[in-house]
Amino acid sequence: MLFMLPNIETGGGDFTPTAEAVAEMTKYNQELEKSGVLLEAEGLHSQEEGARVTHERGKVTVIDGPFTEAKEAIGGYWMIQAKSKEEAIEWAKRVPSVQGDPFTIEVRPVFDMEEFPPDVQAAAQPS
Amino acid sequence: VTSDANAAIDAIWRIESPKLIARLVRMMHDVGLAEELAQDALVIALEKWPESGVPDNPGAWLMATAKNRAIDRLRRDARLDQKYEQVANELAAAQANAWPTVGMADDEIGDDLLRLIFIACHPVLSTEARVALTLRLLGGLTTDEIARAFLVPESTVAQRIVRAKRTLAEANVPFEVPTGDELTARLSSVLEVIYLVFNEGYSATAGDDWMRPALCDDALRLGRVLAELTPREPEVHGLVALMEIQASRARARTDPSGAPVLLLDQDRSRWDHVLIRRGLEALQRAEALGGALEPYALQAAIAACHARARNPEDTDWGRIAAL
Repeated sequence: MLFMLPNIETGGGDFTPTAEAVAEMTKYNQELEKSGVLLEAEGLHSQEEGARVTHERGKVTVIDGPFTEAKEAIGGYWMIQAKSKEEAIEWAKRVPSVQGDPFTIEVRPVFDMEEFPPDVQAAAQPS
Repeated sequence: VTSDANAAIDAIWRIESPKLIARLVRMMHDVGLAEELAQDALVIALEKWPESGVPDNPGAWLMATAKNRAIDRLRRDARLDQKYEQVANELAAAQANAWPTVGMADDEIGDDLLRLIFIACHPVLSTEARVALTLRLLGGLTTDEIARAFLVPESTVAQRIVRAKRTLAEANVPFEVPTGDELTARLSSVLEVIYLVFNEGYSATAGDDWMRPALCDDALRLGRVLAELTPREPEVHGLVALMEIQASRARARTDPSGAPVLLLDQDRSRWDHVLIRRGLEALQRAEALGGALEPYALQAAIAACHARARNPEDTDWGRIAAL
């Protein structure tokens, strides 16, 4: 089973990590790699570097970062292949607590086409 | 709450048990005994953790518990044979000094794990026994899960595993990583087992028990673990490349009714491009290590020609013919 583990950080602003934090995180990523579960891991620039494209009933609005009201933002993510949700949770628990501000790792199973009803599956076929 | 706790313990077991068993085989020189001690530790965890909560370092906890069981057992046997007394005392002393800090380097754990892989796939065992033992000791699967995955009765798998452990003990198979010419032969036995597991999962059809297709994931995971342990072995990367690229097509190879879709007719947007990238990287490593012409790398290279083509008409048939 595939899982995305987004790292939702608080404190906003600057995500540039310290050398120690990177060393700890690298060790953790190596552990995932050695255990054969890691597919990919990426860190994201702060929201300041990005933008938000909001869709509201057909109306599209683009706002450049930073977003002053934002308290939480995705700082990075892992894609892992685990045997069960519980295993993915166990890996999420092992993420080193290297940041000063609290952060939350969400454990999100990736959809498998077979979970959809037949008509949805048929709609996913190329025309 | 209890079933949640058990599911969490099950997940920890899957992560920790191969390392735990590998370490115990090094200590006890017996695969069967090592697995029994690891199982004892699991039973104690199942009793205690739902009440006490999961310890901060569950792997170290399981190891300490299994070691204590080992000491108890050696002391009991010491009444029958004095040589066990000394081993028990040594273990107890080491336990007192070095615990709870795990106290062993990562590559030491890796060495033990690699030795365990070579033992589980030892040529003294039948292919079926190698597969069952590998999934059990290194994949963390139960006998029931292995039985469901291979469509055989659980008692058959249990028997295969019991016999395999006995055969290993009788043959006095050493806990070591083979070297020289022997390494090549033994490694090819390991790769054969992993690819066999992968193919069994790949041949699963709609309606099969989900344990069957899950064998692909188990094989991929074993292959990736092995590639980390033997980074200089080109064919290990070749096999990983082949499995990653084949697995990348899993979602596209059947239509909604479950009928197979031929490679050139598959919807390529449904191929898993993360797995393709990983497969191509593994293939590059195999080729850089001089393994381009080895069987798995060669098959992976052909699979890669398809994987690189965004459309069927972009397929580099010239290269495939050359391979």
